[in-house]
Amino acid sequence: MNDFWIILTASLVAINASVLGVFLVLRKMSMMGDAISHAVLPGIVVAYYFSGDRTSPLMLLGAALTGLITAFLIDWLAKKVKIQGDASIGITYTLLFAVGMIMISGWFKGNVDIDLDCVLYGDIAMINLDKIIVDQNLYLGPRAFYVELVAGLIIFLFVILGFRGFKLLSFDEDYGLALGINMNFWHYLMMGLVSLVTVVSFEVVGAVLVIGFLIIPAATAQLITKRLIPMIFTACGFGIIAVLVGFYLANWMNVSITGAMIAVSGILFFKVMMINAMVSRKKLRVKMH
Amino acid sequence: MKDQISIEVHNLTVSYGAGPVLWDVDFELPTGKIIGVIGPNGSGKTTLLKTIMGLLEPSSGYVKIQNKSLNEVRDKIAYVPQRTSVDWDFPASVYDVVMMGRYGKRNLIRRPNNADVEIVEQSIQKVGLSDFRDRQISQLSGGQQQRVFIARALAQKADIYLLDEPFAGVDAATESSIISILEEMRNEGKTVLIIHHDLQTVLEHFEYLVLLNTRLIAKGNLQEVFTKENLSNAYGGQLTLLSKVVEIIKATDFPIREKDVDL
Amino acid sequence: MDTFLDFISFKDPNVIYVVLGVVFINAASALIGTFALLRKRALIGDAIAHSLLPGVCLGFLAAGEKNLIFLMFGAVITGWLSTFAVDIIVNRSKVKQDAAIGIVLSTFFAIGIVLLTYIQNHASGQQAGLETFLFGQAAAISRQDVIIFLVVLLVVLVAIIAFYRTFVLVTFNREYAITLGVKVKAYEFLITTLTVLSIAAGIQALGVILMSALVITPAAVGRLWSDQLPKIILLAVVFSIISGIGGAFVSYSSAQMPTGPWVVLLLSAIVGFSILFSPKKGIIARYKKSRENRLKILRENILKSIYVYHEKMMDKSLSLQMTVTDIMETRRFDTDDLTSGLRYLTHKGYLAKQGKSISLTDSGKKESKRIVRLHRLWEQYLLKKTTIDSDHVHSGAEAIEHIITPELEKELVKELGITGIPEEDY
Repeated sequence: MNDFWIILTASLVAINASVLGVFLVLRKMSMMGDAISHAVLPGIVVAYYFSGDRTSPLMLLGAALTGLITAFLIDWLAKKVKIQGDASIGITYTLLFAVGMIMISGWFKGNVDIDLDCVLYGDIAMINLDKIIVDQNLYLGPRAFYVELVAGLIIFLFVILGFRGFKLLSFDEDYGLALGINMNFWHYLMMGLVSLVTVVSFEVVGAVLVIGFLIIPAATAQLITKRLIPMIFTACGFGIIAVLVGFYLANWMNVSITGAMIAVSGILFFKVMMINAMVSRKKLRVKMH
Repeated sequence: MKDQISIEVHNLTVSYGAGPVLWDVDFELPTGKIIGVIGPNGSGKTTLLKTIMGLLEPSSGYVKIQNKSLNEVRDKIAYVPQRTSVDWDFPASVYDVVMMGRYGKRNLIRRPNNADVEIVEQSIQKVGLSDFRDRQISQLSGGQQQRVFIARALAQKADIYLLDEPFAGVDAATESSIISILEEMRNEGKTVLIIHHDLQTVLEHFEYLVLLNTRLIAKGNLQEVFTKENLSNAYGGQLTLLSKVVEIIKATDFPIREKDVDL
Repeated sequence: MDTFLDFISFKDPNVIYVVLGVVFINAASALIGTFALLRKRALIGDAIAHSLLPGVCLGFLAAGEKNLIFLMFGAVITGWLSTFAVDIIVNRSKVKQDAAIGIVLSTFFAIGIVLLTYIQNHASGQQAGLETFLFGQAAAISRQDVIIFLVVLLVVLVAIIAFYRTFVLVTFNREYAITLGVKVKAYEFLITTLTVLSIAAGIQALGVILMSALVITPAAVGRLWSDQLPKIILLAVVFSIISGIGGAFVSYSSAQMPTGPWVVLLLSAIVGFSILFSPKKGIIARYKKSRENRLKILRENILKSIYVYHEKMMDKSLSLQMTVTDIMETRRFDTDDLTSGLRYLTHKGYLAKQGKSISLTDSGKKESKRIVRLHRLWEQYLLKKTTIDSDHVHSGAEAIEHIITPELEKELVKELGITGIPEEDY
C-alpha cells in the first residue's frame, strides 16, 4: 500500500510538472524553470521556519512568491541592467540558492527540519509518515498526495481557462501584444504556476531534480507530437512511465527513488530521440527511392 | 472618402538603448492604398511598424489610427510579423494558428463560436491553404508559412493591415499570389502597409511610398517619391552626418527630445 | 577583530590551504568563464557542473577510496560528455538549446544521485566525505588539493595567454574564424575542456550546484565595468578572488557558516554594487548623465532665446538689458528651471546681472552665437537632405544643436557648401 501511494504521488508531481514544462520548452525558457526551482529554496526554508509543522498552505503560497520574485529579478537584470539573458538566470538562481543554504546550515540551524540531502532529491520514501487519517482509523493517504492534488487542480483550472493565452504566449508573444492582450499577465501567471509546482514538489522530489520532471517529459513529447494538446498528454504519459520504471529500479538497486525516476526519464528521452532520428532517416530513404 | 487618413504618425522618436532608431518621423497615410515602407537595413522600418502596433514605446510623439488612439481601434488593425520571428516547430496546425486571429482581449477565455470558425475557414481558403488546413506548420514551405500569417491577419477582419517583409524568402509565384490577395483587400477599401526591401519590385507593388532612414526621407505617391535623388539620400550614405550624430547620442545617453520645445 | 587578525596571519595552518585553494579555483573559473559568457554559453557551465557528480562517483567506485586524481578524472569525463550530449540534442532534434541543457543537467545529476546513494548503501565507510562534492566544503581542502588547483590554474592561464587571439576570434566571430581557416572545432574543444577542468577543480569548494556562479557571475560583473576584453577578464578575476577570500573568512569566523554559499553571496553583492555604481552602466551614473544632459540643454536654450530676443529687437550688438519676463516671452520655460539656469549661467560668467536686468557678457555672446549657428546649420542640412516639411525641420534641429561637436560642425559646413548660410545670418 505504501508503494502505491508513493507511485501515485510521484505521478501527480510528474503530471503537474509536465503540463507546465510543455509551455516552458516551447517558450525556450527551460532554464527559467531551472532557476525558479533552485531559487524557491530560501522561500521554503522561511516557510518551514515560521510554520513549524512543515507545510501550512499559506506558507507554501508565500514560498511560491520567491519563485515569482526570481522571474521578476531575471527579467529586470536582462532588460533594465542589460546583463546577457543566460547570465541573468545564472546569477539570480545561484544567489538565491546560496541564501537558502546559508539559512539551512547557518542562520536557522536547528530551527528548521530540512536536511540538505532532501534539498537535492527529496524524501519521497518518507511521505507516508505524514498521513491523513479520519475518524482515528480511516486512512486516506499521505498528506503530500493531497497537497499535490490541490496544486494539480489549480494548475489544470488555469491551463484550461487560459489555454489560448498560454498558447499565444508560447507561439507569438508580439502578436498577442498587437491584439491588445496583456502578455505580461500571462507570463507571470505561468511563472507563478511553475513556482507553485516546484514548492509543493519540494518535499517529494527536492528542489534540484524537479527540473527533470518539468523539462524532460515535455521535450520527449516534443519529439513525436504535432499538436499542442497531444503534446501535453504525451508529456504526462512519459512522466508517469519514468515514475513507474524509476520506482521499481530504485527499489531493486536500493538507491534514491527520485534520482532513479529522473535518470530513467532522461534515458527515455535519448532513446526516443535516437528512434525518431532512425525513423526519419528511413522515411527519407524511402522518399529518395 | 479618398482623403481619409488611415494612420497618422506625429513627430515620432523611438530609441533602443540610447540611440534613436526612428527620429522625428512625421507623416499621414491615406486610406485604401497599398503603401510601401522602404529603406536600407537598420533604417527603422520594423521599429516603425512595431511602434504603430504599440509593441514599442516611443520616446516622444504619438501614433493615431483612424484619428483615434490605438487602444480604441485595436480590432481595426492587423499585424503580420516577420515570418522568422516565430519558431515554426511549434506543435500547431494551420487552423490553430489562423484561429489566433480571432483571439482578443475580451474573448481569450471563451471558446470560439461558429462565426469564428467560419471566418477562420474563409481566411484559410482565401490564401489557398484549404488543403493544408490540418497540417503542422513546420511541414509547410516558407511561402505557405507566410500565407498562414496573412490568413491569421485576415481572420481579424480589420481595416488596416501592417505586413513586415511578407516577401522575404518566398518564391516569385507566392509573391504574386500574395500581391493579388492584397490587391483584392485594397479593392475592398482596406489599407495595406508593407515593409519591403527589394527596390526592384517597388514599382510593381505599391501606389504610395514611405522612404525611411532613421529620419523620414520622403513620402507620397509612388512617382513623386521614387526618384534617384530621394533614393540616394536614403541608401547612398549621403546622410553620414546623421549617423554620426546618432553615434554621439548613443555615447552620451542624450535625451533626444526635450519636453519644453513647443515654441 | 582578533578573528580577522588570526585569519590574515594564517594562525591556523589550514586557513592557508583554504585561502590559496579558493583563490586558485576562483581565478581559473573566472578566467575561462569570461569566454563562456561571451560565447553565450554561460548556462552550459551550469550543465557541466551538475554533470560532474556521476563522474565523481564513478571515480570513487574505480579507485575504491576518495582519491582526488581519480575523482577529478571521472568528473572531467562526464563533464565533457555533458557538453557533447547538449550539442547532439541540438543538432539532431528539434529540441532547442535551453531544453537540451535542462535535460542533460537533470539526467546526469540524477544518475549521479543514483550512484551516490548506491555507494552510500553498499560501500563500507570509505565513502565518507563524498557528499562534500554536492555542496562543497572548502574547509576540507588539503595541501595536495591546493597543488592540483594551482596546476589547473596554470594550465588555464597558459592556454589563454598562448591562444588569446584565436580564442577571441572564435568567441566573437565564429564564422569569420572558419573562413580564415582556423580549426574552430579544435579551439572550441579546448575552451570546453578548460571550462570542465576548472569547474571540476572547484566543486570541492563550492559543490556542483553553486559552481556555475563562479563561471558566470564574475564575467558578468566585469562586463558591467568595461567593454574591453582584457579589462573584463582582469576585473572578473579580481572580483572573484575578493569574494573567495571573503567567503573563506566568514566561514572561518563562524564555524557553522558554509564557505561556498558565502562566496556566491559576496559575489552577488558585488553584482548589486556594480549595478548601482559602475561608472558607465551603473544606475546612478546613468541617472547623473541624463540629468547633466538635461541641464545642458536648458542652459543652451536660455542662451538661444536671449539671442532670439535680440533678433526680435533688431539688435546686432547683443548687448540689450532684459528681464526674466522678456525671456519667457521668447520661449516658455518652467520658472524654477529658468531661475536655476540663469543662476548657473551668471555663475559661469555668460550672463551679467544687475538687479532685475540681465545681459550677455562677451563669452555669453560668443556662446549664444555658436548655439544658434549650429541650430541653423542643422536646419539647412535637414532641408537639403530630406523632404521633411519645413515646419518639422525646426523641431528636428531643436534637439540636435546641443550635441554637435566641433568636428561635426566642420563637416556640416563642408557638406552644405560655402553657400550654406551667409555669415551675417548668424
